[in-house]
Amino acid sequence: MEAFEYASPKSIQDAVRLLGSTWGGTEVMAGGTDLVSAMKDGVVTPKRVVSLKNVKELQFARGGAREGLRLGALLTIRELLDLPQAKQEYPGLVQAADGIRGEQMRHMGTVSGELLQRPRDWYFRNGFGLLAEYDGKSLIPDGQNYYSAILGNSGPAYFVSPSSLAPILIALDAKVTLHGPNGRREVELSKFYRTPQSEGEREYVINPDEILTEITVPAARGMKTATYEIREKEGLDWPLAAAAVALEMDGNTVKRSRVVLGHVAPVPWPSPEAEEALNGKNLTEETADAAGKAAVSKATPLSQNGYKVQLARVAVKRALMRAVKGEA
Amino acid sequence: MSRKKDRPQKAGSSEKSSLTRRDFLKGAGVTVSGSMLVGSTIASAASPGPEAGFVGPGPVPVTLRVNGKVHKLNLEPRVTLLDALRDRLNITGSKKVCDRATCGACTVMMDRKPVYACTVLAIEAEGHNITTIEGLAADGKLTPVMEAFVKHDAQQCGFCTPGFVMACTAYLERDHNPTEEEISKNLGGNICRCGTYRGVRHAVLEAAGMKGGANGNM
Repeated sequence: MEAFEYASPKSIQDAVRLLGSTWGGTEVMAGGTDLVSAMKDGVVTPKRVVSLKNVKELQFARGGAREGLRLGALLTIRELLDLPQAKQEYPGLVQAADGIRGEQMRHMGTVSGELLQRPRDWYFRNGFGLLAEYDGKSLIPDGQNYYSAILGNSGPAYFVSPSSLAPILIALDAKVTLHGPNGRREVELSKFYRTPQSEGEREYVINPDEILTEITVPAARGMKTATYEIREKEGLDWPLAAAAVALEMDGNTVKRSRVVLGHVAPVPWPSPEAEEALNGKNLTEETADAAGKAAVSKATPLSQNGYKVQLARVAVKRALMRAVKGEA
Repeated sequence: MSRKKDRPQKAGSSEKSSLTRRDFLKGAGVTVSGSMLVGSTIASAASPGPEAGFVGPGPVPVTLRVNGKVHKLNLEPRVTLLDALRDRLNITGSKKVCDRATCGACTVMMDRKPVYACTVLAIEAEGHNITTIEGLAADGKLTPVMEAFVKHDAQQCGFCTPGFVMACTAYLERDHNPTEEEISKNLGGNICRCGTYRGVRHAVLEAAGMKGGANGNM
């Protein structure tokens, strides 16, 4: 790890003041679980690290069923799992957090860091950059693409979004608050992620001089929510495919649905195709399967990751069935 | 071969050289006042200075409270808690294996919560009570978790054991009544390459005072 200067300001304002206006020079640290490893690997080489550890105003969870949920940036995954409001009103959110394994990771990792963690892509983590380009061409389509994207992979990026919380939060219409030198702004999480078009761009729209301070989740309004992840092993690892659903039901009929896939595209992947297959229908095993099929109808797997198409399809189906059955 | 050497030069370089001369000069200014601040904070203990600017990249005073004992060190901000414990304080029970927040061999407790010491910066551990494996049986008497590990043969080569014992201890302090399934899932942050997971599960069940542990026939 290269040497860096370190600061631990006490307020959001002071923290923002310490940030730089371009990427790379300064990194923000919350739990550090991703950043410290990335620095050891030389994937990021900041000259300065601004720790949020002492910004007490970011350590909170407020709200409930009626007014929605507000999660401070430093809320840990463990604290989210223990939040009574989350358990009662947003089971899909708790299921997603439960997929983040190992008590160490849950106690250290924060909700904001979970959303901002960098992709796990082999090429990125080994220093080839987010787009894994060499001589102006991505190495991934002809390379090791076992874990790469099956959707949204027409280039230039082939990595998959690593966040476990983003799909369900997008399905719930969550927003994030960003604080920068010119004050605060709110961004819908569905518009927060992007596919970088050049190597210097990051995979989200937050600016280098901004801090993600809060996640706002609208009232659940009796929606049925669920997350279903498919993983290679039960321990600490990222899922191979995941689906998050939020359903407004009228009896057994789907009035309105949100279906968002995770770990299959460079961004969390909303599926209007799956939603269309569900809306106005009775939710049964058959319609759930049809929604799964629709969700992957436009998948374009690479040479080694065709298996992920089936996993994503099944994840959608099982998330839907989990949502209506209400099992934990 | 280090991974860095294998990297094509262009990779990452777009993110690298973004510190302008002006930034640098500004930084140099804050660094001086910053290190003075840290100096004065240490004297007044736990909470870091008001209006902290940047400190480092050279060594700065860091005070660590490990197993009840206070240690004053000079560390670069990049030094991890694990390296500070092992290389500076000679407290070597916590092991360095993956060094990437994955294998759990470095697990210690910070304010009784389990953390990967390899991924906590030592400077961030300031103000917290750190407990290592050496601090668990300080009086020479094994803890219930340790006794259960021995009884159920929850170790083979033993290298991952301190991390497992720390993780299991912290887990049982939080959750007194886990099922076997919960144990597997929630203790997923530790890896044993000898494959002693069955013994570990039984040990945790026994330490939690559950039936399954007592009946576990290893």
